[in-house]
Amino acid sequence: MNRKIWATPFIVWMVIFTLAPIVLVLIYSLTDASGAFTLDNFAAFLDPIYINVLLRSIGMALLCTLICLLIAYPAAYFLSQKDIDKKGVLILLFIIPMWMNFLLRTYAWLTLLESNGLITSAVNRVLSLFGVQQEVRLLYNYGAVLMGMVYNYLPFMMLPLYTVLSKMDRSVIEAAEDLGANRAHVFTRVVFPLSLPGVASGITMVFMPAVTTFVISRLLGGAQFKLFGDLIEQQFLFTGNWNFGSAMSLVMMVLLLVSMGIMNRFGDKEGGGVL
Amino acid sequence: MKKKVSGAGGFFKRAYLGLVLLFLYAPILTLIVFSFNASKSRARWDGFTLDWYIQLFQDSDILSALYVTLAVAVLGAVLATILGTMGAIGIHSMGRFGKGLWMNVANLSMLTPDIVIGVSMMILFIFCKLELGFLTMLLAHVTFNIPYVIFSVLPKLRQMNAHAYEAALDLGASPGQALMKIVVPEIMPGIVSGAILAFTLSLDDFVISFFTTSEVQNLSIMIYSMAKRGINPTINALSTLMFVSVMVLLLVLNKRSSLIEKR
Repeated sequence: MNRKIWATPFIVWMVIFTLAPIVLVLIYSLTDASGAFTLDNFAAFLDPIYINVLLRSIGMALLCTLICLLIAYPAAYFLSQKDIDKKGVLILLFIIPMWMNFLLRTYAWLTLLESNGLITSAVNRVLSLFGVQQEVRLLYNYGAVLMGMVYNYLPFMMLPLYTVLSKMDRSVIEAAEDLGANRAHVFTRVVFPLSLPGVASGITMVFMPAVTTFVISRLLGGAQFKLFGDLIEQQFLFTGNWNFGSAMSLVMMVLLLVSMGIMNRFGDKEGGGVL
Repeated sequence: MKKKVSGAGGFFKRAYLGLVLLFLYAPILTLIVFSFNASKSRARWDGFTLDWYIQLFQDSDILSALYVTLAVAVLGAVLATILGTMGAIGIHSMGRFGKGLWMNVANLSMLTPDIVIGVSMMILFIFCKLELGFLTMLLAHVTFNIPYVIFSVLPKLRQMNAHAYEAALDLGASPGQALMKIVVPEIMPGIVSGAILAFTLSLDDFVISFFTTSEVQNLSIMIYSMAKRGINPTINALSTLMFVSVMVLLLVLNKRSSLIEKR
């Protein structure tokens, strides 16, 4: 069959633009500035300064994923039930933010939280009513970054949860009810276990971008607040130490592939659940 | 059996959904409202104005960023659709090993974090002494779009009758004719949705573009660098226009797909 030759341009393109860059990152991470082989780049990463940033990124991404799950699960569950009015419109409303540019979503919070933004001035006005003179700052701290992450990634948790909950076979739930399970049991023994593939793909879709972001931390956390993504960006664009930056990029890739691997064991066996 | 929502339970559900929607939309709506605000303040309403929109359309930097965004998205989607469709047709006729290998390469590229794709392509371009700019951004966009086209086209190829192509060859069509007249029309829905997906992903991209260009900016990069300097109502106006275009695009696509379903 000579139809295989149609793939040639694609193969050439992927080799040059997908595989070659990864090989280059690998080479850079294993060499020093003069090009000699070294493991120093990985050793340098073990410095507590960098490890702490890595741990903070992972911790924030996990916390963000958990909050998204706690907010999105009830919403997706209510939305999947038949007795909601105007369901089509509601679903569309939950999907639209997914297609919105994430810079725009982050910027929207920047305008609300900055020192004379709507929320900050309202909070300060209320506080001054109670005689508190000190002005609060809502921007450029841990909470602002976490808030920005939850806001950005919530729709990515909603959609897979809604998909799996709305496809669930109602007769299974009715069977559980007929067999005498109360509402709590129906949920914990039937609905929740059956929705686990959706939970797994939601977790992947939120955790992956949350752990790699550098934009949200830069805009809402200020220049001092660093996440793992900021470290990589800094090495490439400011410090210019590509060897160290490449080593960190590899660490990030491995971290993500491992966590994907773990999630896939719980998730959709049919594959393609990521998007 | 259809149960009617009633009482406290139904109210609670609606209230909860309403609250989540409020959380999702309040920031955007505030942004839109303040793009019409006469003062530069973000906490006080000083009357209606279109000044920020007028400023936006007089700003040559923003207009050229808009041009770059659209040009990269259109060219990137077209090139990725051609390469991806050809790739999918080729992969589909490969043996088990080749199929697995190239689908894994496409998967790897989809699973690699944007920031790693961005920096690794930046290394490649600088390594090849290519100057960072429009061309490098376009090359990067084509690259990250190709896997999405592949995975939209492959399922259509699997659904197709495998013998249709051979029948065309037996009836005297050249391989090229058989492909263009038999295979491509069959998989057209997959090609179109792959192209739309590539176009929207490309419009929306920030991270990969950020690392693969220098002076030439697209809208995302422009918003980022303006936002880093502080709030500016012109960005509100720009954001409003982008938000409205996405809404319109989604509504049109939604109409289109429901029309197809009805047919």
